[in-house]
Parts: sequence; C-alpha cells; structure tokens
Amino acid sequence: MTFARVIIFSLFTLLAFTGFANLVPQVQGDPPVEEKIDAGSLDMAGMVSFGERLFSGKGTCTLCHNNLGRAPDLLEMDLAKAFPERLTDARYAGIAKGKTGAKAVENYIIESLKDPSKYVVAGFGKKGSSDSISPMPKVDAAPIELTNIEMNAVTAFLQDRAGLTPTVSLPSAEEASAASKSEDDEDEAEPVKTGVAAIEKYGCATCHDLEGSEGDLGPKLNGIGNKMSDAKLVEAIVKPNAEIAEGYEADTMPDDFGEQMRVSELNLIVEYLKKLPE
Amino acid sequence: MAFNNFLKAFVFLTLALLILFPDVAFAAADAAKDATVAAGAPKPTRADYPIIGGLNARTLAWGFAQMHLFLAAFVLAVPLFSIAMEYVGHLTKDERYDNMAHEFMKITMSAYSLTALFGGTLALTLFLFYPHLMGYLMKVFRGQMLIYALLFLLESVTLYIYYYSWNALRWGNRKWYHMSIGLLLNTVGLSLMFIANAWATFMMSPTGIDPATGAVVGTVWEATRNPLWNPVNLHRFIANIAYGGAIVGGYAAYMFLAEKKAEIKAHYDWMGYTSNFIAIAGFLPLPFAGYWLMAEIYAYSQQMGITAMGGILAWLFIIQAVLIGTIMLAANYYLWCGLMRTDRGAEYAKYVKYIAVVIVGGFLVWVTPHSLILTTDEIRMLGGTHHKFLGPLGIMPAKNTAVNLMLVFTFLSFQMFYRSSRIPTVSWAKAGNMAIIALYVVGCVNIVFAGLYGYITPTVYKVGASVPQVVSTLSIIVFAITIDIFMLRGAKTAKVHWGRMSERSQYALFVLPVAFTWLMGLMGYIRSSLRTHWHVYTVMKDNSPDAYIPTIGQAGNTITVITLSFMAVMVFVFWLSRLGATSQEKPS
Ligand code: HEC
Ligand code: HEC
Repeated sequence: MTFARVIIFSLFTLLAFTGFANLVPQVQGDPPVEEKIDAGSLDMAGMVSFGERLFSGKGTCTLCHNNLGRAPDLLEMDLAKAFPERLTDARYAGIAKGKTGAKAVENYIIESLKDPSKYVVAGFGKKGSSDSISPMPKVDAAPIELTNIEMNAVTAFLQDRAGLTPTVSLPSAEEASAASKSEDDEDEAEPVKTGVAAIEKYGCATCHDLEGSEGDLGPKLNGIGNKMSDAKLVEAIVKPNAEIAEGYEADTMPDDFGEQMRVSELNLIVEYLKKLPE
Repeated sequence: MAFNNFLKAFVFLTLALLILFPDVAFAAADAAKDATVAAGAPKPTRADYPIIGGLNARTLAWGFAQMHLFLAAFVLAVPLFSIAMEYVGHLTKDERYDNMAHEFMKITMSAYSLTALFGGTLALTLFLFYPHLMGYLMKVFRGQMLIYALLFLLESVTLYIYYYSWNALRWGNRKWYHMSIGLLLNTVGLSLMFIANAWATFMMSPTGIDPATGAVVGTVWEATRNPLWNPVNLHRFIANIAYGGAIVGGYAAYMFLAEKKAEIKAHYDWMGYTSNFIAIAGFLPLPFAGYWLMAEIYAYSQQMGITAMGGILAWLFIIQAVLIGTIMLAANYYLWCGLMRTDRGAEYAKYVKYIAVVIVGGFLVWVTPHSLILTTDEIRMLGGTHHKFLGPLGIMPAKNTAVNLMLVFTFLSFQMFYRSSRIPTVSWAKAGNMAIIALYVVGCVNIVFAGLYGYITPTVYKVGASVPQVVSTLSIIVFAITIDIFMLRGAKTAKVHWGRMSERSQYALFVLPVAFTWLMGLMGYIRSSLRTHWHVYTVMKDNSPDAYIPTIGQAGNTITVITLSFMAVMVFVFWLSRLGATSQEKPS
C-alpha cells in the first residue's frame, strides 16, 4: 500500500513537471538551412533582402544584435550616423580609416565581420579586455560560416539600412555555382524562369485576385505596384504578418514563402506584381 | 553469497568488455577513416550515419547516457559522504554514524554493477551509431581512454574492499586503514568523473586541436584542460553530493513509512533527516557553481552563452527555476515538520510562516521570466526580449537577490531545528543570539541593497553586484555556524524524539529525488543543446538527421521516460539490498 502511494505520488510530481515543459512555447532549433542563390538573377535588391534573411537566419546576428544590450542594436540604431563616426574614430585603425562614402562603409562592415576585434565599439569588448577584444565571432569561420557572397549580402543589407546605395559586388556566375555545388540539391525543384510561372508555383492566385483569378481570401493585387515599394512588396510576401492589409486577417497568408522561394523567384514575382495594371 | 559472486562475475565481465572496447573502437575509427579529411576532424555526410533497425540513434544515446549519469552520480556521491560520516562517527564515538554510513554503502553496492552496465551500453551505442565522432574523440584523447578503463577496474576493486572490509576493519588503528581505503576509492571515483567530463566539455569547447581543421595538434592534457572542464567538474561534484543525499533520503522515507516498529522508524527518521541535510548542504553552493559555469561559457563564446540564456532555450531556465523552487520548498517543508521532534520546537514553529513568505516570494521572483519571449515567432526572430511588464523583477539582480534570500532562509530553517534541541548555557548566550539576529538583518539588507544597486547600473556591472550578495549569504552561514559552535558548547541538550514525524513530511523526501533526477536530465539537455548542430563545437558538424535541438516539450517527455526508467532501476536496487538482509527461517 505504502509502495503504491509513494509511486503514485512520484508519478504525479513527474507529470506536473512534464506538463509544464509542454506548456511553454515550443521551438525546435533547426540547423541552418543553406539558401540556394541563383547568380544570374540576383540583383542588388535581391542581395539586400537575402542579407536581411541571413541576418536573423543563418548568420544568427540577431542573437546578439538586438535590444538587450549585448551588442550594438544594428536594427534600431542610426546607422547613417554611426558608420561614418566609426571611420573617423581615433581608436579605429582599419583599412577604411579616415575615408568616407559608401565604399568605405562597405569595407568597414566586411572588416567587422571577418575580424571583429579590429575595432571594438566602446563598452562592448570582452570583459577585462578594455575594449580590445570583441566577443563577436568571426562570421566566416565556425560556428557561423558565412560564405563571401553571404557576407556581401549582409553588408548590402546594412548599407541599405544606413541609407547608402549598396556597393558590394554581385556574385559572378561561377562564384554562385561554386557556392551551391557544395550543397546536395537532390529533391529541389528547378527554379522557375518567369513571374507568371512563379505565381503559379506558389499558388498566389488561389487567394488573391490576379488578373481576374477571383481569389478573394486576400486583397486584390492588381495595381499593387502603385501602392507599394519593392521593399514593401518583398516584406508583404516574406513576412506577411509584419503589416496586415486593412480589412484582412493575420496568419491567413502562409508565412514561409521566405524559406521556400529562391531569391530569383522572389524577384520575378516582385517584378511581375509591379507591372500588373489596376 | 551466491548472489555476491554473481554480482562480482558480472562486474568483471563488464570491465573486461570495457577494456576490450578501445580495440573495437579503433577498428571503427579505421573504417571511418575514408570519410576523414587527412588529419582533420571527420566530415561525415548524412549518409554516413549508420541506420540500425530503424532505431533513433540520438534518443538511444541520450537515454543510456542519462541513465549512466544518474547511476554514476549516485554511486560516486555516496562514498563521498559515507567516508565523511565514518569520520564523524570515529570522532564522536557515536556508532550510529558508522552504521548509517555502512547502510548507505549497502544500497550503493547493487547500483554499482548497473552503472557499469549502462556505461558499457552507452559506449557501444555511441561506437555503433557515431563511429566518426567516436573515432575522432579517440584520436584526441588516445591513451586516456585506456587509463579510464584501468581506473574503472581500480574503482571496483576499492569499492568492493571498502564495503566488504567494513566490519573487519572496524576499531582502533584498523579503522584508519578502512578510511584510507575509502579515501582511495573517492580519489579514483573523482578521477573517473573528471576524465569523463573532459570528453564532454571538449565537445563543447575544444582545445588542443587546430581550430580550422580540427587536426589534433596538442597533447591529451591540452584537450582535457579545455575552458569548461573545471567549471563542469565543480558543478557536477557538488550536484552529485546533493543528488546522492536526495536519493538515500527517498530510501529512508520509504523505510520510515513501511516500518512499524518505533525504534526502526526512529532510525530511518534520523537517516532521512541526515540525507536531507546532505542534499541541502550540496544544494546551497550549487547556484554559485552554476553562475561560474555560465560565466565561463560566456567568456569562451558569447554566442554559446546567449544561445543558452537568450535564445530558444531561454524558457528552459524558467522551468529550471520552478524545479529549484520545488526542491527548496520541499526541503524547507521537511525541516519545518521536523520541529515537532523536539519539545521546544513549537517555540520556533511560529516563525515558519515568515520564512515561508520569503521562500515563496523568492520563488515567484525567480520564475518571473527574465528574457521572457512571448511567442514562438519572437523567439525565432530575436535572441530574446524583455517581458513588457514583468521586466524589472525578471532581470538578473532581482533573481540573484531572490536566490540568495532563499538560501539564507533555508539555512535559518535548519538552524532553528538544531537550536530547538539545544539550550545554550554560556553566560553570553543572550548577546550571542542578538549577534546572530543582527547578522541576519545586516546580511539581508546588504543582499537587497546590492540587488537594487545592480538593478540601476548598466549591464556590465550587474554581474559585479552579485559578488557582495554571495559574500553576504556565505558570511551569514559561516558566522552563524561559528557563533553557534561556541555558544552551544556544553549546552543542555533537549531530547530529539526521532520518529516523531508526520507521514506527510516524508513525501517531501520523495519530491527531492524525483525533482533532482528530472532537473539533472533537463540540464543535460541544455548542456548538449549548446553545441547546436555540432558534435564538437566549431570543429565537427553534426550532419545526422537528429542535428536539431528538440523542443522543450519533446525533451521533457524524453526526460520523463528516462526518469521513470531510473526510478524503476532504483526500486530494484533497494529491493535487492533489502533482499540481501532477509533470511528465511529454518523449517522445524
Ligand atoms: C555573439 C554575439 C554576436 C553575433 C552572433 C554577431 N555579433 Fe556583430 N557584434 C557583436 C558585438 C558585441 C559587437 C560590438 C563590438 C565590436 O565592435 O566588435 C559587434 C559589432 C558588429 C558590427 C560593428 C557595429 C558598429 O557599430 O560599428 C557589425 C557591422 C556587426 N557586428 C555585424 C554582425 C553581423 C552581420 C552578424 C551576423 C552575421 C553579427 N554581427 C553577429 C556581437 C555579435
Ligand atoms: C492562403 C491564402 C494566400 C496565399 C496562398 C497568398 N496570400 Fe498574399 N495575402 C493573403 C491575405 C489574407 C492577405 C492580407 C493579410 C496580410 O496582409 O497579411 C495577403 C496580403 C498580401 C499582400 C499585401 C497586399 C496589401 O494590399 O497589403 C501581398 C503583396 C501578397 N499577399 C502577395 C502574395 C503573393 C505574391 C503570393 C504568392 C507567392 C501570396 N500573396 C499568396 C492570403 C494569401
């Protein structure tokens, strides 16, 4: 009898712990997925949005660069002011020292990524190093391991955020194919080549009225180019819940297009939507 | 006796297997060589991971590793406090201590061979399913693995001699021989743990290798002495003691409930009390060891530190806080019930409600989310964000304040009990009591002020604010004990009615081992998850299908299943040890 009571009591305690563990938000930590890039069609806007995805995805930059004070909040701070200041800072002795302009900022950012300790933003250095050693890992090395193209994309994104026209070089065809050769792309479908095909592939017309398809779950997209900028369009597709169109519900439009689509396809879709007449 | 022989044969067979393992392993490593890039760490692709009978490799390895760890923690911890108790018995000439130490060892013996069994199974699982990783680790640690096997042999020999020579080496000089054997046993046991820790921590913070390729360039010692080795050594050492205490406490509580005879009940009540004492004594410094470990993780890699505290694992620390709070509450509740054992206990019982308020209050502050992330999406997007309303209570200084106050008041619960059975006779008793009260007040004020100071200063100094808090907590405990030692010299002892304890209080002693076991499982999950998708962090990628971090819910379910298996094993172990003490009457 005692035995049964003790066991039941212990089981109950265990159950409480287990239940609690199942109640908190559940997130699975997936290993980073390599995004395929299509060299032929990656223009600068594509680089910027690719960079943005890397920033919170594979790059894990947001792990530190957020509002918790562990690292400069690159998404919130005034980069247009910060970057030029760094270049003239007396403590800065890197390649872009004293220079100005977008190219200099590019060099500064790339340097920050490859060799973070070159210049450590005041107050953020490793404890006891008096701001001479950066706690930021070299992003081209393990564990982050961004490729050159990816570092360029992130840099383009940060330049864009600083109000500059990105100056990074676009990936050449052989670079991009070298980058994607290392990955095994077995069950990956061929990227489509036209906007219409891309729209069809992702089934946009089932919900949206596109040139008379009469989908009505989402707002009609005819003439959307007059209302939205490229960047806004990209956001509306990749992060549909960031801004909800008036009169419509959040969480209706799939929020994983960003993961499914290739950059080239995203660009094709944006081009296509922009040209749609009212 | 036949049973003992069986056990011995069993253990030696297991050991023989273990010693053979290196060869088996080297063979596996050779086979793995094709996939190895020259001298660097192997880069197995998904197809290189053996699939055997549709079994999930990670879950299997996880289960066996955790079972081995639970048993090993228990088997390593008990000799540690057994020898301490043996020594106390020798000093005080109180035979009860010696008998209890002996009984503790008795329960450990049957767990020992099971520890080896699970260790062997774990090794086998790892070599079968992760040949490349194991091959690489063998390259890094080379002969150390053989030393480990030899130490294991020595451990069994000393353990058996220590236990079986107990009565033969009982008095006088011989007792010292016996305690020396115990010391040797503990030295070997700790060495074993330290070596195993080296492997586990190498996988988190590898050294002694070329960081770019993973090629082995350093000595075995360089790989052993990686940045996280010592923090983990300390943390596991202390936690083992607390864990061992909690488990024998559960045993004592069960015996207390099951036995009917008053003097046997008294014995197990005392055993339960002592076990609870050991568990708390091990538990008090644990948060500090945890902070050190965390600080070293941040120092080694901020990326890894934030992955632990601010990323998708952040919620886990809320669960940890709930478990630690549960453990504290249960241990305190047990101590409060214990006041009924002495006639003067009632005088102290009236303070219990105030202590309860502090402990529960501290508990609430602690579970208040720190980097509470509200939704799954937010966790994905960011490393973390402050909860909008609960922020101030949830940040580190508030938590440190809470945990320090909880520790201080747990100590107070304990002090109340031992004071209730002793009436000081020294002339300065009144002044002494005032001094102790002043000590508590000043200490607590200090803890609270340091907490406030930490709250208003920038992040970088927050950690600094926790130092005076820890110093205050430790000072209260150390000085209170010191004053008591002098003040209670020649004190009138009031009788402690061992056995005068409610049945309900014993259930607190079951909460401890259950919560401890589950908590250890949870911490194992986070320690492994910190490596994210790496077998050896930054050096050897995990390309297996299981390279993801399971959700907390999935992990919780797995840990519960493992805990249940462990409980089943322990019930078997205790049953065995009682079976050994039962003899059938001769038919007339
Ligand atoms: C482990 C935390 C961590 C991660 C991950 C991290 N950083 Fe940093 N980063 C820092 C810290 C801390 C600083 C400030 C110290 C310094 O200047 O090096 C910094 C500085 C920078 C700077 C210079 C900022 C300035 O104000 O001049 C840039 C640019 C930057 N990081 C970009 C990135 C990008 C892009 C990623 C993702 C690929 C990334 N970081 C990932 C911690 C991190
Ligand atoms: C399951 C239905 C569904 C599918 C499929 C779908 N959408 Fe949407 N979409 C919606 C809804 C509902 C909204 C309005 C709510 C919102 O803004 O998120 C919306 C909003 C939008 C907007 C913003 C319109 C505005 O006026 O603000 C754009 C642009 C858009 N979708 C493009 C696309 C594209 C391109 C695809 C195909 C790749 C697609 N959608 C597929 C349901 C869908």
